[in-house]
Amino acid sequence: MTTTMPGPEIHGLGHSMKRKEDDRFVRGRGTYIEDVVLPRMLHMALLRSPLAHARIASIDPSAAAELPGVVAVVTGADLAAHNLAWMPTLSGDTQAVLATDKVRFQGQEVAAVVAEDPYVARDALELIEVDYEELPAVVDPHAALRPAAPVIRDDKEGQDTNLAYTWEAGDKAAADAAFAQADVVVSLDTHYPRCHPSPMETCGCVADVNAATGKATIYMTSQAPHAHRTLFAMVAGLPEQNIQIKTVDIGGGFGNKVPIYPGYVVATAASLLLDRPVKWIEDRTENLISTGFARDYHMHGELALNRDGRMLGLRVSMVSDQGAFFADAQPSKCRAGLFHIVTGSYDLTAAHVTGRGAYTNKAPGGVAYRCSFRVTEASFLIERLVQNAAYELGIDPAELRRLNFIRPEQFPYQSATGFLYDSGNYPAALQKALDAVGYDELRREQAEGRAQGKLMGIGIASFTEVVGAGPHKDYDIAGIKMFDSAELRVHPTGKAILKIGVQTQGQGHETTFAQIVANELRIPAEDVLVQYGDTDNTPYGLGTYASRSTPTAGAATAVVSRKLLDKGRKIAAHVLECSPDDLEWQSGRFVVKGTPEQAVTIQDVAFAAYTNHPDDLEAGLEGVTYYDPPNMTYPFGTYVVVVDVDPETGVWTVRRAVAVDDCGVRINPMIVEGQLHGGLAEGYGIAAMQLITFDEQGNCIGSNFMDYLLPTSWETPRFETYAMETPSPHHPLGAKGVGESATVGSPAAYVNAVIDALTHLGVRNIDMPVTSAKVWQAIQQASP
Amino acid sequence: MFPAAFDYRSPAALEDVLDSLAAYGDEAKVLAGGMSLIPMMKLRFASPEVLVDLGRVPGLDAVQETPDGLRIGALVRHAELEASELLRQRYPVMAAAAPLIADPLVRNRGTLVGSLAHADPAGDWGSVMLALNAEVVARSTAGQRVIPVREFFTGPFSTVLQPTEVAVEVRVPRPSSRSGGTYLKLERKVGDFATVGVAAHLELDNERIGRAGLALTAVGGHNVVAAEAEEVLAGAEPGPEVFAEAAEAAARAADPPSDVRGSADYKRQVVRTYVRRGLARSLELAQAA
Amino acid sequence: MARITVTVNGADHTDEVEPRLLLAHYLRDKLRLTGTHIGCDTTNCGACTVLCDGLPVKSCTMFAVQADGREIITVEGLATGGQLQPIQQGFKEEHGLQCGFCTPGMMVAATALLERNPDPSEEEIRWALSGNVCRCTGYVNIVKAVRWAAQAMQEQAAPEEPATRQPATEQAATR
Ligand SMILES: Cc1cc2nc3c(=O)[nH]c(=O)nc-3n(C[C@H](O)[C@H](O)[C@H](O)COP(=O)(O)OP(=O)(O)OC[C@H]3O[C@@H](n4cnc5c(N)ncnc54)[C@H](O)[C@@H]3O)c2cc1C
Ligand code: FES
Ligand code: FES
Repeated sequence: MTTTMPGPEIHGLGHSMKRKEDDRFVRGRGTYIEDVVLPRMLHMALLRSPLAHARIASIDPSAAAELPGVVAVVTGADLAAHNLAWMPTLSGDTQAVLATDKVRFQGQEVAAVVAEDPYVARDALELIEVDYEELPAVVDPHAALRPAAPVIRDDKEGQDTNLAYTWEAGDKAAADAAFAQADVVVSLDTHYPRCHPSPMETCGCVADVNAATGKATIYMTSQAPHAHRTLFAMVAGLPEQNIQIKTVDIGGGFGNKVPIYPGYVVATAASLLLDRPVKWIEDRTENLISTGFARDYHMHGELALNRDGRMLGLRVSMVSDQGAFFADAQPSKCRAGLFHIVTGSYDLTAAHVTGRGAYTNKAPGGVAYRCSFRVTEASFLIERLVQNAAYELGIDPAELRRLNFIRPEQFPYQSATGFLYDSGNYPAALQKALDAVGYDELRREQAEGRAQGKLMGIGIASFTEVVGAGPHKDYDIAGIKMFDSAELRVHPTGKAILKIGVQTQGQGHETTFAQIVANELRIPAEDVLVQYGDTDNTPYGLGTYASRSTPTAGAATAVVSRKLLDKGRKIAAHVLECSPDDLEWQSGRFVVKGTPEQAVTIQDVAFAAYTNHPDDLEAGLEGVTYYDPPNMTYPFGTYVVVVDVDPETGVWTVRRAVAVDDCGVRINPMIVEGQLHGGLAEGYGIAAMQLITFDEQGNCIGSNFMDYLLPTSWETPRFETYAMETPSPHHPLGAKGVGESATVGSPAAYVNAVIDALTHLGVRNIDMPVTSAKVWQAIQQASP
Repeated sequence: MFPAAFDYRSPAALEDVLDSLAAYGDEAKVLAGGMSLIPMMKLRFASPEVLVDLGRVPGLDAVQETPDGLRIGALVRHAELEASELLRQRYPVMAAAAPLIADPLVRNRGTLVGSLAHADPAGDWGSVMLALNAEVVARSTAGQRVIPVREFFTGPFSTVLQPTEVAVEVRVPRPSSRSGGTYLKLERKVGDFATVGVAAHLELDNERIGRAGLALTAVGGHNVVAAEAEEVLAGAEPGPEVFAEAAEAAARAADPPSDVRGSADYKRQVVRTYVRRGLARSLELAQAA
Repeated sequence: MARITVTVNGADHTDEVEPRLLLAHYLRDKLRLTGTHIGCDTTNCGACTVLCDGLPVKSCTMFAVQADGREIITVEGLATGGQLQPIQQGFKEEHGLQCGFCTPGMMVAATALLERNPDPSEEEIRWALSGNVCRCTGYVNIVKAVRWAAQAMQEQAAPEEPATRQPATEQAATR
């Protein structure tokens, strides 16, 4: 019964195990939504509004319906007959599924064609005749909030303005008092522009509602399948046990696949009506013009400081552009997500933050694009403000940060806006980044270069993230508390199946979560199969976004593993005929204290659990945990970017991009690094080029990849990444979330770098995306 | 993503192509590399009834150098030009432009002649061919005509080609032995069309500038020749002063739209800068030749 | 309808197709080779990259009829037998993929690169893959994956003279 041979490689914590999921992907054998084909399947295409704001006078689908190959044309009126023309959003608003009264943004869903062939479905769209009466489009959120603005949401009773919400956090009196004492007040107005997550795979679904069984199986691109099932049940009035959401492989999410989109609902309704599976796959234009956008915060920030650089207080007011429906994917109590984390990495004891949301004639959304509910906007604002404050005071930007950081001994740190930061070491991260980049030398080079008209800039961002919602008492999505779950069964042969309530979109859950089990139970990660994304076969969970998988379901996995270990100890004692208290757990084996030759492996225990369990225990080695995190986790880091600017054209190029990240304990360092690379690239894209904008008529500019620019391998900076590990004190593994750190932290570093190159000319702000034209313009306006 | 239906012809002889075009007129479109036409068809911005594919017509895929210059057939892809040693040695403007067009995968299909026929004001080859004084050879059932590129473009996406005509090749006159040139393009990322592009070509005549070719991308209704700048340069002694003067003249020739890429002023500034830099680089190459 | 015969991953396929059927759809829907993905409408993303007569092209921007008589290789044709080809192995070893959606196109484009240039530098790899967009990896590990494959292939073949080729022009290198 003893094993003395060294076991196979376990691949527990800290191992850069190669990913278990990769084999199918590198063979082209992944199964993404578009790869799902069912017998008798039909294809759906959506007709979308060409106008941003118009009343629908009439819709005539008859010519489309007559086209050979077309099975049905569905309009808002058809849905209204089933009470499905509107659906709830994740922020407690309503959203049109197919427009009945008005269209409120360009690209809004107006009608659907269901046909035998996707080409025919597309042909038929051109035959639907819609008579629109055009209304003035409201494009600017500030204008939208003026009393005279046309009311976009006249469908809502009592809604006689375009105000979507108001919100505040912090202590106004305390902040005002701090400002009254300040030597210097630095302010900044900046727009964090509308952008789009644009995962490489667009959204889509195959809805299969079977009239014979009453079962609705919906294959869909969902980052939160369980929550979506519940919402489907509520929206469509289907019994929840008859709805099964299956996600198959997801080609990237980044927040884009958190909301429920009209396409899913229409396809499901069509399948219900036609008793055939209906497939709907968005094209890229549809994805960009209608699915969840991100950001679009117009921010005003003021930082109060002493002349010696001590920060005293922060005031922020913000107007968010919500588009036509308030559909932010965020915890329901948080009207502006976690934006009040805007005090960032600094010991700012007085802060006050207000926000107002405006309805405009633009697509709805407000998804947390590689972001934990608006922390990205917050982090950007404070890091830009701090950089400008440094220029104002004549203090080096690194030094000003150092002066004001929350010090390592202050953790856990209660922030002025209500967050309890779990752990951190901000000065160390900053120093590591400065050393890596060679900061002092660069500053010297910069000073010398300026004399010769050379423009080089060094941008710093020392961000703090807040990820891993719950705890349940503070955070819920549409009423469902933000816990997460793991269910683990170890089979008689010692192999395990882990089922989790979160959902990978490329983050490598099949590997990381197996490693957590391996770490706890010393079962090789190779022997642990991880399942997710099928609501009928996984425990209830809230899904993957806001970097919450590891903080919540990762913790649940550790806890459930430990539960099994406790039971395992009893089984081992039974097998070894001793008391559980006499056993020691020694990496994979229960050993009788003092007699090391008496031992059983975890595999032996698993076998015994089914073949030789004690009378007073249930058979099996299986458990489930719903983990409610006691707090969120607070990853942090410092990014330093060095840019060279061509003074004649404003073209800027990244010379260096150094990233120091601390996300606590790294379960699979290779995967963590990969997450950071991806985030750094998206941060660059946002800072440099990713922009969704609109003309005065509300026409979307940025509706395809010719206009909505995504960086390629060529222009993406060559990143240099460094790690630190300050464990989270409350997470069972000491881990924090990491998927979004780099998207949250890096945009400010890029922008700060460009500003830093121009600061001696008096330039203090350029809104993103920082195009060469804007840089040139800033130089022109600044130069004497 | 789903083009409208069309009839497809894929003749194996140029005569059959010409016959098809004569028969269908403007209902038909020629398909070359498809890198402009097919994306437009997928978005249903274009829905031709008939596509006449040049893909199987023999003899259109050659780059030939004759004593008079280059002949580039209608099926010569951007990638082939990018890889050409000959271009690097004797047609540096072309060699500089080729790798800046679209992306490596698009360059494996798209053609130079198709670019000219497509006449996108932001297309790069148009400026290069203008700077080099190239000619387009067009064929139809009525015969053949040779059109100077300087008379070829008539507006955005329009040329003097008739719907019944096929551009079968482009002829590029051989530059003098002491010549140099380059193409500078401001783009926001790989695969982006030009915000501004400048094609510069200088021929030295003793120590003075002989012929100068200068053309601009994305600053007007079609690729434009900076004629006044060319005149400033012709016969002048090359150097920073005259280049700056030419740059000003070129900026005057530019009439760019203000848009998300930048204001008209900004684009003129880029024209100015790139003309200066392009001419300096051309001079370097010419002097080294 | 048009009758076409296309060699895909070594096997001949003869089919009646509508002329407007895109090659990507032909491969995915007719031949059920779903490793070729579609990520955009405007020929920008490269998720659909296949080899056509040895050259990497965007199969969303070719009609199936244009492939008549030609030889197509898709991601499914990279591995021989059960054996992963070095590029596939490299992507796994170096964590060159996350969601995997861009991966087939990336690997096909990288295959063509290594065919031409068995020992590419980082800049040459980035240049050759600049028609393929990845949203997950930030490209760092994709570059490493291709380097891994280049080395593995060189070790396998033990070549006499590793050839390098610069991007076509000086300008290209600084682009
Ligand atoms: C993502 C992307 C990025 C791009 N970026 C750039 C860029 O930066 N710079 C640039 O210059 N171009 C760019 N292009 C366009 C590309 O260069 C095209 O290849 C080129 O414009 C058209 O050539 P083609 O052979 O593909 O023509 P096609 O698409 O086949 O045809 C284009 C048009 O020209 C007509 N035509 C084609 N050949 C002939 C002929 N021989 N005789 C008569 N009519 C003909 C067709 O009927 C059609 O109207 C880009 C394209 C894409 C998809
Ligand atoms: S699908 Fe995007 S380039 Fe082909
Ligand atoms: S791995 Fe997801 S897009 Fe590249």
